Amino acid sequence: MSTVLAIAKRELKSYFATPIAAVFLVVFVVLCGVFTFQVGRLFDRGVADLAPFFNYLPWLFLILIPAVAMRLWAEERKSGTIELLMTLPVSPGEAVTGKWLAGTLFVALALVLTFPMWITVNILGDPDNGVILANYIAALALASVFLALGGCASAFTRNQVVALVLSVVGCFILLTAGMPLVLDAISGYVPTAIIDAVRSISALSHFTSIARGVLLVPDLVWVVSMVVFWLFATVAVISLKKAD
Amino acid sequence: MSDLLVLEGLRKQFGDFTAVDGISLQVGVGEVLGFLGPNGAGKSTTMKMAAGFLEPDAGHATICGHDIGNAPKAAKKMLGYLPEGAPAYGEMRVGTFLSFCADVRGLSGAEQQKAIDLAMARTGLEPVADQVIDTLSKGFRRRVGLAQAILHEPKVLILDEPTDGLDPNQKHHVRELIKELSADRAIIISTHILEEVDAVCSRAIIIDKGKVVADGTADELRKQMPGRRKSNLDDVFRHFTSLEEAAA
Repeated sequence: MSTVLAIAKRELKSYFATPIAAVFLVVFVVLCGVFTFQVGRLFDRGVADLAPFFNYLPWLFLILIPAVAMRLWAEERKSGTIELLMTLPVSPGEAVTGKWLAGTLFVALALVLTFPMWITVNILGDPDNGVILANYIAALALASVFLALGGCASAFTRNQVVALVLSVVGCFILLTAGMPLVLDAISGYVPTAIIDAVRSISALSHFTSIARGVLLVPDLVWVVSMVVFWLFATVAVISLKKAD
Repeated sequence: MSDLLVLEGLRKQFGDFTAVDGISLQVGVGEVLGFLGPNGAGKSTTMKMAAGFLEPDAGHATICGHDIGNAPKAAKKMLGYLPEGAPAYGEMRVGTFLSFCADVRGLSGAEQQKAIDLAMARTGLEPVADQVIDTLSKGFRRRVGLAQAILHEPKVLILDEPTDGLDPNQKHHVRELIKELSADRAIIISTHILEEVDAVCSRAIIIDKGKVVADGTADELRKQMPGRRKSNLDDVFRHFTSLEEAAA
């Protein structure tokens, strides 16, 4: 456990040692504001909640979370530090978990920095803060799944752009799996059981379900199993092709 | 047991190319083994397998009795490894980088500070302790890699070209350090600088095309040269490694 924390600490520090942290946090908070107030028309709705913000958040994550995840392993390969890391007394599982944890903590910080919006709706009206909290939890859960997937994409390559593109595509498929866009494309070719399975891995339906404020067991199972699956996949990729 | 580092029949193939073809060796306490060979002979590949970064296709590497394949953590705790090119996290400062390595190695608090101070003093890193690694010269970067390798006082040191890119003064300093460290440790260094063998190594192994072609002290290697009375190590090196080339 202390090894995982040491890895996470180093990874977090390196976000802040480079311009990545500043650029990401500023862009994220500004875009959240744009989507909530300009596109989502928070003021015109006359309802004191953060629905416009949380409706757009998954789509913002689709681009921005892969940008956080893309360097996790690709950078280690490119600079050769993977040889250092893998010859320290660290198991691949600990390294993978530590890096994922660092990304998740970093995104948690970005979400905390959107607090002015929460203050705004609380000044303007009397929102249901329980629902807002549930939305934040749903957002962090979604981000942690995307980070696990993005980390896996990053483990495949030494090129960060390739990692970014792979994980945007992966996250897009995961996000839209329950939508007509995807379901219509496969219905007619595959049995209903597979369509139901595809629908059940869809990120968006679980996100809205958690965000409604009811933390249901299937949603929790989905989040945990998704993260565990992608972390295991990352460990497999790292162990199989350490030196490439 | 006195052999801290044991390699048994290590083999590694990349596609059709056999990089390492059955290398076995033992290094005991107080020994500094020089690992010689032309570029591409399989030096680095062997060291990567010994350090547990690459998995051998056949054979074992054992560090202080722990098999690096079956008990990687226990083995890696006893090992200090300087990879080829001394990679380090470039965006970190020297001090924070070393404290990360110490964290991972389970050193904390005053013990960690003591270890970092000693490693920095031994490698002459104090003047750049707060500098970002990417901004350092090649010589300093190599020494950051060395400091990381000796930080936890490991029983076995595997150093891949520890003096590459250093100026003559720094080379001398690193050789003195290796001699100082060798008293209660097993050390293996790869090099293609032959003077290094006379300067620091108690024994040398020459490999070529992934096979051990000569093994012995510098003097023994000189004696293995047929025909000449007083040959220098350059001749020995050429003798053993060009034979194979002619055959290929």
